[in-house]
Amino acid sequence: MNNLVLLSGTASDSHTWNLVYLQLLLEETGYRVVNLGACVPPALLADECEAEQPALVVLSTVNGHGYQDGPRALVELRSRPGLAAVPVVIGGKLGIGGPEPDRADALRAAGFAEVFDDDTAITRFREFIASHALCRTAGTAS
Amino acid sequence: MTGFAAFVGRAAAEGRLVVQPRMGMASPGQMRAGLLAVLGARATAAGTLTVDSYTRVGDHRAALTALRDGARLNGYPIVSHHPDTTRAVLDGLAGLPVQVRHGSADPRAIFGALAAAGLDATEGGPVSYCLPYSRKPLRDSVGHWTEACEGFSGHLETFGGCMMGQLCPPSLLVALSVLEAVFFRHCGVRSVSLSYAQQTSPGQDAEAIRALRALAGRFLSDVDWHVVVYAYMGVYPRTPSGARLLNDNAARLAVRAGAERLIVKTVAEAHRIPTVAENVDALESAAAAAEAAGFEESTEDTGVLAEATALVEAVLDLPGDPGAALLAAFRRGLLDVPYCLHPDNAGHARCHIDDTGRLRWSSVGAMPIPRSVVDRDSPSGSASLLAALHRVAHLHDA
Ligand code: B12
Repeated sequence: MNNLVLLSGTASDSHTWNLVYLQLLLEETGYRVVNLGACVPPALLADECEAEQPALVVLSTVNGHGYQDGPRALVELRSRPGLAAVPVVIGGKLGIGGPEPDRADALRAAGFAEVFDDDTAITRFREFIASHALCRTAGTAS
Repeated sequence: MTGFAAFVGRAAAEGRLVVQPRMGMASPGQMRAGLLAVLGARATAAGTLTVDSYTRVGDHRAALTALRDGARLNGYPIVSHHPDTTRAVLDGLAGLPVQVRHGSADPRAIFGALAAAGLDATEGGPVSYCLPYSRKPLRDSVGHWTEACEGFSGHLETFGGCMMGQLCPPSLLVALSVLEAVFFRHCGVRSVSLSYAQQTSPGQDAEAIRALRALAGRFLSDVDWHVVVYAYMGVYPRTPSGARLLNDNAARLAVRAGAERLIVKTVAEAHRIPTVAENVDALESAAAAAEAAGFEESTEDTGVLAEATALVEAVLDLPGDPGAALLAAFRRGLLDVPYCLHPDNAGHARCHIDDTGRLRWSSVGAMPIPRSVVDRDSPSGSASLLAALHRVAHLHDA
């Protein structure tokens, strides 16, 4: 069973405490994590994805450029033949003015499997990875 | 002395702390309105142009796209705006010294843009604007910073006193701040300031700022220098009262330890980019707290100066100029920043907050610090890491 998560900052974001924290959280939940660190350009993210073939891609960004950088990363991933289906989620402080539910919905519509952008982020993320793990196990068994 | 440094020097001579926001908006009109508001604040204030993240990482195309689409940026894209635009932003603000704050491992274009707009003050450093800000190799950052500094005649502040924003023991912050200032001087910069960011313990912070002054006196005697304190740079209190208290405490710390300038934080810090009004509020609140505080002659010595001195001496004893010495020091782990993910950082150092609130080493890696100072393991696991990161916020929100 592939339990690998690719964890990454976005192209313009240099914050890393979010990444250090999320790596620990994912590892405690039983995932293996490749943490690409901060300021990851879309092409590098996609290259690493092709090399690692993760079960889930987690983008984390808090610098306020998430609504711009998130979709750019997703477009690059989807442009690679082998990465058309890998689930991608994004979370953090996405804009510069606090949570914006309609822009989060726009990210979902653009193809993010889930968006975690408010005070419920970590609770919802724990639920998401728990159910994601279940789906995967079910998928492997069938 | 530059216009910026002269302003700080005059205020210090009159016993007034200079307060300064971190403020940057994409739109020139809003940026100008922000600077005008700072000029009008009831405080001895300096102004700031904080640069956006695209410009910081050198992605000027993304900055231009955002300007064209009207997308909101987290700062002022000084390279993408024409120098005449920036001059217009600053027009008539003669009474207000303005510093450009960025966060770029390759600051050459930013240095060029600020000089073209007639500005004379900025900040950063080859280590502090690479390890926590960039994927670039440290070697490249040292090269870019050398080039940028060599053509620079203004005032330059180190960011080394703020590595990672939080959870970095004070002795290492002091050492990095001094080493970056020594690097600047070697590159020909004649007017510097040394930063130190408020950490978890007021007593330890006051001791650290004194250590910083002592080392600056020793290693920078032939250049103009002053000390700038940053209000807490880690996870900030969520409540307005908690945020105000922490900012005011930073102002008290600065005065108590004899610093000349303070960079403030607002009540919006934990949540989003602050408004102009929130910035002015933080400046006025800090100025009032500083006014009521007094300088204190001595603080206890728990070894911050000795540790910082050992670090600085070990690095400057390495062969080559300060840039080469910094590179060799990180390669050998003589400098090692806790929790820093950058590949050029050794990554063996760890720290924790002890029962009295002081930052302490849990592991010193290969740094020239006696292992006897290590008293406990670092927090392991996501919950204890989060607790350490939120400790200051919780104490002030309570
Ligand atoms: C520490 C810090 C820094 C340090 C970072 C050091 C490092 N290497 O990480 C330094 C000083 C270097 C820094 C720099 C900058 N920062 Co900063 N920083 C902070 C600060 C104070 C704390 C962040 C932190 O460490 N949090 C601890 C971690 C564990 O929590 P977190 O990042 O908030 O993430 C939590 C949630 O958001 C969520 N989450 C995050 N990502 C994801 C992803 C998923 C999938 C999920 C489920 C959840 C999730 O989970 C985490 C735990 O709850 C915050 C403000 C604050 N919170 O008090 C500002 C803040 C994030 N910074 C900000 C900005 C803008 C910058 C700069 C651009 C400078 C500037 N203009 O002010 C630069 C970054 C340059 C760049 N290229 O992007 C803004 C962002 C504004 C916004 N989004 O509205 C903030 C909010 C401050 C502010 N109010 O202006 N910063």
